[in-house]
Amino acid sequence: MKLSEVVKALELKVFNPEVEGWEMIEVTWGYTSDLLSDVIAGLSKDELWITIQRHLNVIAVAKLKDAAGIVITKGFVPDEATIKKATEEGVVLLGTELNSFEFCGKLYNLLRYGEIK
Amino acid sequence: MDSEKIRLVYRIKPMDLANAGVASSHVKIELQRYGIEEDVVKRVGIICFEAEMNMILYSVGGKLKVEANSDAVEIFAEDNGPGIEDLEKAMQPGYSTAPPWAQDYGFGAGMGFPNMKQNSDVFEVESTPGVGTKIHAIVYRRKRDETK
Repeated sequence: MKLSEVVKALELKVFNPEVEGWEMIEVTWGYTSDLLSDVIAGLSKDELWITIQRHLNVIAVAKLKDAAGIVITKGFVPDEATIKKATEEGVVLLGTELNSFEFCGKLYNLLRYGEIK
Repeated sequence: MDSEKIRLVYRIKPMDLANAGVASSHVKIELQRYGIEEDVVKRVGIICFEAEMNMILYSVGGKLKVEANSDAVEIFAEDNGPGIEDLEKAMQPGYSTAPPWAQDYGFGAGMGFPNMKQNSDVFEVESTPGVGTKIHAIVYRRKRDETK
């Protein structure tokens, strides 16, 4: 599913729409964890990373693993330095007001069944 | 390009979280340019990132060296202390000595060494408390189906 479709269906905020071609990024699945090395072990290419972490170092992890993007949950907002770094590295930063559990439930249904329910 | 050898060296500064990942992402770019297979680059990137993070968070600083030739990519991470008290424990998944502030940032999953080992064909650690830690890892350049 295209990232633009995920954003629309789940009403995500895009913190850095400057990333060229972000709409067309293919999202295959997701991975949820707030521990960086667990994400390095568990997240696969083209998956969305769902987390409450939003400091500078998450960008390096997302880039390292070729994540489709990072979804920051619970309404948390990354600081300017993180957004700037993400844009430089071509990592899409997204936001939701939902907590990780609620967001993952919806994303799971969307990616598995094509609808949120 | 394939016959010549590539050698990269980075100085890693302690507590330099702002630059964490810079060395490993440079390694990835250079190895890609050298024509190293994508899955090998990926594995080397993970090993370098974990080694880099370990040196930033836990050491007084050190060096990350990467050498590549037509057969393999070798990674050397050497710091100047303080060394690991219990290496056996450090190798266990889930074991961490990360201080609370680092845990708040999502460090200290206790997956650093397990991730490095998992992505290496050869993985060796030597650590002397009071002296420092030396990591040596090799990733062989083989076709994906031959590694299975």
